[in-house]
Amino acid sequence: MGVSISGAADPISLRIGNCLVGNPENTAGLEMTLLGGTFVFPEGAIVALAGSDFGARLDDAKVDVGTSIEVDPGQTLRLGPTRSGARCYLCVQGGIVVPPFLHSASTHILSGLGGFEGRALRSRDVLHIGSASKTFRKRTIAPHISEHLLPRKVLRVTSGPQLEWFSQSFQHSFYSATYRLSEQSDRMGLRLEGARISQPDHRAMITEGVSLGAVQVPPAGSPIILFVEQQTTGGYPKIANVISADFHRLGQLRPRDEIRFELVTLEAAQSLLIEQEKLLASEESILE
Amino acid sequence: MDCGSGKDFGSSADSLIRADLHFVRASQKSKRRFVAVPLSPLPMTEGAQFKTASDQSLLVYFGQEVTLDAHERVRKLLHLLESEPIAGVRNLHPAYCSLLVVFDPLKLRHGELEAILSDYLRRLTAVRLPTARKLEIPTCYGGEFGPDLEEVARLHGMTPAQVVDLHSSVTYVVYFLGFVPGFAYLGVLPEALATPRLASPRRSTPPGSVGIADHQTGVYPFSTPGGWRLIGRTPIAMFRPDQNNMSFLKIGDHVCFTPISVAQFTALQNP
Repeated sequence: MGVSISGAADPISLRIGNCLVGNPENTAGLEMTLLGGTFVFPEGAIVALAGSDFGARLDDAKVDVGTSIEVDPGQTLRLGPTRSGARCYLCVQGGIVVPPFLHSASTHILSGLGGFEGRALRSRDVLHIGSASKTFRKRTIAPHISEHLLPRKVLRVTSGPQLEWFSQSFQHSFYSATYRLSEQSDRMGLRLEGARISQPDHRAMITEGVSLGAVQVPPAGSPIILFVEQQTTGGYPKIANVISADFHRLGQLRPRDEIRFELVTLEAAQSLLIEQEKLLASEESILE
Repeated sequence: MDCGSGKDFGSSADSLIRADLHFVRASQKSKRRFVAVPLSPLPMTEGAQFKTASDQSLLVYFGQEVTLDAHERVRKLLHLLESEPIAGVRNLHPAYCSLLVVFDPLKLRHGELEAILSDYLRRLTAVRLPTARKLEIPTCYGGEFGPDLEEVARLHGMTPAQVVDLHSSVTYVVYFLGFVPGFAYLGVLPEALATPRLASPRRSTPPGSVGIADHQTGVYPFSTPGGWRLIGRTPIAMFRPDQNNMSFLKIGDHVCFTPISVAQFTALQNP
């Protein structure tokens, strides 16, 4: 129907946040981009923050990312601007309850569908929390997991379906260049500034489906990495595709961050994903 | 070793099979090695070609041309995959002559999926597609609803009325939905109306705008940036999330545009 995947820009952080509060991994949570909000929990809650450090405080006390905490009725949780990556997730035990759209709680901003009234949250919005056991268990993400998730300067990619449309010299430029995220980057796509890549061929491409993380190159030559609210089909050639294991890195990139691309084989991409999943699923990943 | 590149199916002299050497940078921590890997051309399976799109998706191509035959094969494969889903497949994106299959990379590998899809491809000829629905899109052409109509007419040495007549005289096929929810790619626009996109896309096109670009025509369901030439507007909502069939148009529908007046437009918009 043309509806994009949507969902968390950094899906691993959402999963971690949910694990910390004892929720199923894909329970709905709040995504904050570059700047956090201020929240009160009139009935109290068990919450956790995951992803980047937004300088969170519960009343006067500092709140660490990656650990579950109890919030009492009357306490205020405040988050400010990011001190590291682009996104921070607020997970609440019981999850955030919204009417599902196409079986998902996610918001699709462009079409104004899903999530909470199909839009970004505003001051005075009231969200409902699902029922929960309210048993508090202090859980913390293991340091080796956080370290594993930290790097985002290199994006590993497999070759795109139109790789051969680009000359060897442009392919070489693409893999040696350092690119910077432009301010126009968002959930639809990360626009890159840096070495321009063009197809000397200038073939007209027939529109086809595009996969998440595809690196497409419009005629002007500046690559765009398609992201969670990307269009589902497109007519620009694709030189590469970010590997699944690195999707979470895309969610933490901020405007002006510098990246470069590293080509890997399909087999390597699959191994990296399996290894990462094993790491996340292991018993040592969450400390109680 | 599949690095995602393959046979070039473009027309003319470039479609020779090239055994390009592809440099794969295998970095082992700080050590880097350049390894040259020869590519092999993709095999044809039951009239289709497979191509890796990403580590969690693969493209099935039915040639490299926009034809009703390719369109029908895409629809038949889609029909089979929807009625007999493959475990691990998450999403299907049909387009003019291809189908993108997105799957869970922890449950399926490309090779396995290709083998399963080959079986489906062998059964395509037996698939009967339902009779196409016939739909009308009432459209108010020109004026504030079609800011590019005069320019399109000028580009083709026609009057705006002739453009309207031609655009509304054709029955179009919905090749697929994509781009944004409810956006239908309609073809084929008469050759006499084929117009390139705007040099710079508009920052926002009003919902319901009817546009043309190259050999396509379509309706913008939402306010989005857009590079198509806007020739009219329809009061019909192309995407209705509150209804069972959220998208007004479906793949395979037969559609024509019916000219209406401003008064009729207003009446249809406020029933």
